[in-house]
Amino acid sequence: MSHFPYLSTITFIPLVGALVLLAMNRRNVGLIRGWTLAVAAVNFVISLALWARFDPAVGGMQFMERKAWIASLGIQYFVGIDGISLWLVLLTTFLTVICVVSSWGVEKQVKEYMLFFLVLETGMLGALISLDLVLFYVFWEAMLIPMYFLIGVWGGTDRIYAAVKFFIYTMVGSLLMLVAILVLYFLNIKAGNAPTFDLLQLYQLPIAPNVQFWMFAAFCLAFAIKVPMWPLHTWLPDAHTQAPTAGSVILAGVLLKMGTYGFLRFAMPLFPNAAQAWAPFMMTIAVVGIIYGALVAMVQTDVKKLVAYSSVSHLGYVMLGLFALNAQGVAGGIYQSLNHGISTGALFLLVGVIYERRHTREIAEFGGLAKQMPAYATVFLIITMSSIGLPGLNGFVGEFLIMLGTFLTSKTAAVFAASGVILAAGYMLWMVKRVFFGPLDNEKNQNLADLNRLEWGYLLPMVFLAFWMGLYPGTFLRKMDATVELWLSRFEAKREACLELDRPDAAVAFRVETENQ
Amino acid sequence: MNFQMADLQLLAPHIVVLATALLVLLAEAFCKGERKGYLAYLGIAGIVVAALLTPRLFGPQRLGFSGMLAGDGFAAFFYFILYAVGILTLLVSQNYLRDERFEHGEYYALVLLALVGMMLMAGATHLMVVFLALETMSIAIYALAGYFRTERSVEASLKYFILGGFASGFLLYGIALIYGACGTTQIYDVMAYFKALPALTSSPMALAGIGLLTVGFGFKVAAVPFHAWTPDVYQGAPTSVTAFMATGVKAAAFSAFLRVFVVAFQGTHVEWSGVLWVLALLTMTLGNLTAIAQTDVKRMLAYSSIAHAGYLLVGLVVGTPEASSAMMVYLLAYAFMNIGAFACVIMVGRYGQENTSLDAYAGIGFRFPALGLAMAVFMFSMAGIPPTAGFIGKFLIFKAAVHEGYYWLTILGVLNSAASVYYYLRVIITMYFKPSPDEPAVDGLRVGPSAALATVLAGVGVLYLGIIPGGIIKLAEQAVRFMG
Repeated sequence: MSHFPYLSTITFIPLVGALVLLAMNRRNVGLIRGWTLAVAAVNFVISLALWARFDPAVGGMQFMERKAWIASLGIQYFVGIDGISLWLVLLTTFLTVICVVSSWGVEKQVKEYMLFFLVLETGMLGALISLDLVLFYVFWEAMLIPMYFLIGVWGGTDRIYAAVKFFIYTMVGSLLMLVAILVLYFLNIKAGNAPTFDLLQLYQLPIAPNVQFWMFAAFCLAFAIKVPMWPLHTWLPDAHTQAPTAGSVILAGVLLKMGTYGFLRFAMPLFPNAAQAWAPFMMTIAVVGIIYGALVAMVQTDVKKLVAYSSVSHLGYVMLGLFALNAQGVAGGIYQSLNHGISTGALFLLVGVIYERRHTREIAEFGGLAKQMPAYATVFLIITMSSIGLPGLNGFVGEFLIMLGTFLTSKTAAVFAASGVILAAGYMLWMVKRVFFGPLDNEKNQNLADLNRLEWGYLLPMVFLAFWMGLYPGTFLRKMDATVELWLSRFEAKREACLELDRPDAAVAFRVETENQ
Repeated sequence: MNFQMADLQLLAPHIVVLATALLVLLAEAFCKGERKGYLAYLGIAGIVVAALLTPRLFGPQRLGFSGMLAGDGFAAFFYFILYAVGILTLLVSQNYLRDERFEHGEYYALVLLALVGMMLMAGATHLMVVFLALETMSIAIYALAGYFRTERSVEASLKYFILGGFASGFLLYGIALIYGACGTTQIYDVMAYFKALPALTSSPMALAGIGLLTVGFGFKVAAVPFHAWTPDVYQGAPTSVTAFMATGVKAAAFSAFLRVFVVAFQGTHVEWSGVLWVLALLTMTLGNLTAIAQTDVKRMLAYSSIAHAGYLLVGLVVGTPEASSAMMVYLLAYAFMNIGAFACVIMVGRYGQENTSLDAYAGIGFRFPALGLAMAVFMFSMAGIPPTAGFIGKFLIFKAAVHEGYYWLTILGVLNSAASVYYYLRVIITMYFKPSPDEPAVDGLRVGPSAALATVLAGVGVLYLGIIPGGIIKLAEQAVRFMG
């Protein structure tokens, strides 16, 4: 299949853009901003072509590109997308544009800031399109570097603590995953295959269920930290509150999705028996995360922290849907990932708007803002509704599908998860009430300006998408249906194939083989 | 002993480097003048000539001088690592020595002489040659460590000398015991002897010999518990010498360690790998944990070099050709990133004020963007984060370990690697995240064309190995194919 290398193009345009940026004079801030926006916008437009040319009838990989990279080890530059990654790729290119626009007000070290944003885009897109495990790992880790700088240099007062915590948490998980990747590589060689890190080939490799158990554990740790699942979530509130606005948007919008994407693309299809064995456990901690995140969000006094904890709760839904292991649950999980990118991303942008004006995010400092900033209050309310899943907005579709899927698998989990929806309505609406309604009694709030044109510029597309995804989800679901179907049938097929590997014998054989060497 | 002209081919690179060392001494004596920077370039020219004579050593293994010196891919690959170390060290030194008012030809000559010793270690196939080469290298390094004649520099030299003397003693005694057990000190004969007489693997004399050799080599590669000299010596020695020691001595010592243990003691792998397993774990863990507590960059790099020796020991424990080639790539990567990091440390200092405390680095990332970028690349590489050379090195070592089923050592290794991220990141934090003080300790960089060139070369090396390592990995794999 020969075609224009769309995927490499969108992945490396930002990197090239960043290199050009290096040569620019740091004083010429306007040029730097304009150039970055142009690069991000062009990339978004190209990714739209990807969307237009994507064939919804095909469940497998499309736009594949394959080149040898480290030939002697079987490492390839092998990329491609399916219905799952297509939307995440589009979300990434879209949010990058939004973030660059919303960062127009950044004054500190603009050149480096924009540079890291473009490098980050390359890292994120690379991780989303990689179909070679080593290639994926390289992008997955490389992505940390720009994010680390974005939090560390442009973040709030505790930025250093937050940046280091973010980095080390992710490192620990990913390094253990690297060990599991290597084990997988050698299992494949032992099975008589040519050495390869090609994901699509490794999908075919039957692995004894008890070996799967440990390898799934290692992958699971890496991705669960990234999602983050309770109780590995503690880096998230720190990172979110300290990161600059655009950093939080990308963090919530794309980086967290890397975790759920990792489960879908790697951990679950590679180790289906383990995934199923772990499913009750994963669903339990997902539900704990939903309720815990919601309860902790409720008592926050800082709006941004509240949104951060609501992320923990929302991502719990996504995980719940994935581990329901049926069509509704998985599709709902993917859909909810996208929703969360839009609604939580928008919430962070909105928090940024008020923070820029008041330099505080304490709920107690506000009250009655709706009188002073009616437009802002309206947008905020719409996004809040989208976040808590009001029908007609995007959140509803995802949550509904997830609930449907969960109900089919475990009624208990569905009941508890549903209580999370109520709690979400509670903490979000209560926060809105305290910030926007009541008397406008704080003097500092009485002269606040409403949304300016720039802010409209980056908020309107988000609101538009929230409605589109809520009113006409078919646009999005249609392109992922075939993939979800294929995903589930492959999952089932491999699970059954692995079951035939007689448990105790296979385990012994594996151990003896390793000890003999 | 019979000598053939063909043997000279194997020794040609050594002869060229040695001749260059002597030429440097002569040039200094005959050309009076204040500026002696050209001597560094003379040395580099010599190394380049030697490098041109080296590629023909790749190919089927040849032994020369009655089986004392090998001409094989293994040796040749190590020669290239050492050339890189030598060239980068000379480039880094030139400007630094002038600034510290210590520019003498002897320095360059000593670096080249140490390089000859290192190269002989990599090529040696006879335990006596290993010992002689190690001494040649060490004596030059003792002198270099004390080169500045300041209190700390002399202390470093003396410490290294006394402890190094003991280590050499252990090594020699070990060789004697091996001779007693096997009746030979030629590496391939020892291997054959162990193969022919399996009972030998339980002979106390042979095992004691192997144990003593472990101590001797362990000292040179700074493995815990033989590492006590490292922090003081690395910190006290001139920074350029520290870079040379951390990379060159380590590469040379590991080359001999590899050939002696993986080739000669192949038959006793079961016996020694258990001991080295523990040493590897201790070395990684202690190196990393102690590095976390450091507030001085130079000292932190010293402890980090102990930790890196630990990762390399993992490769030695595994002991397969795959692991050996991984170690070779790792050592090359380490040469680039470590000398690069020390080059940055040198540039931050100035005459009479080394500025190696971490506080001095506050805010320099934005004030000196090029230096900040370089240092950040080297730190990320040391931490093993892709796409840098450090990642590829660790990846290969852990791959070899997983292949042989050393799961626990691998897991402990990667956890160590995650812990090490903390202190490498701290340098970056200080450079970029901490604001510049009102009166910064570093108001200018001591940068000359040669130091800048060295940093750029090291940076390019780190990124090249990180992004397109295929060719080098293949070369390393071919290089170990000829090992016994």
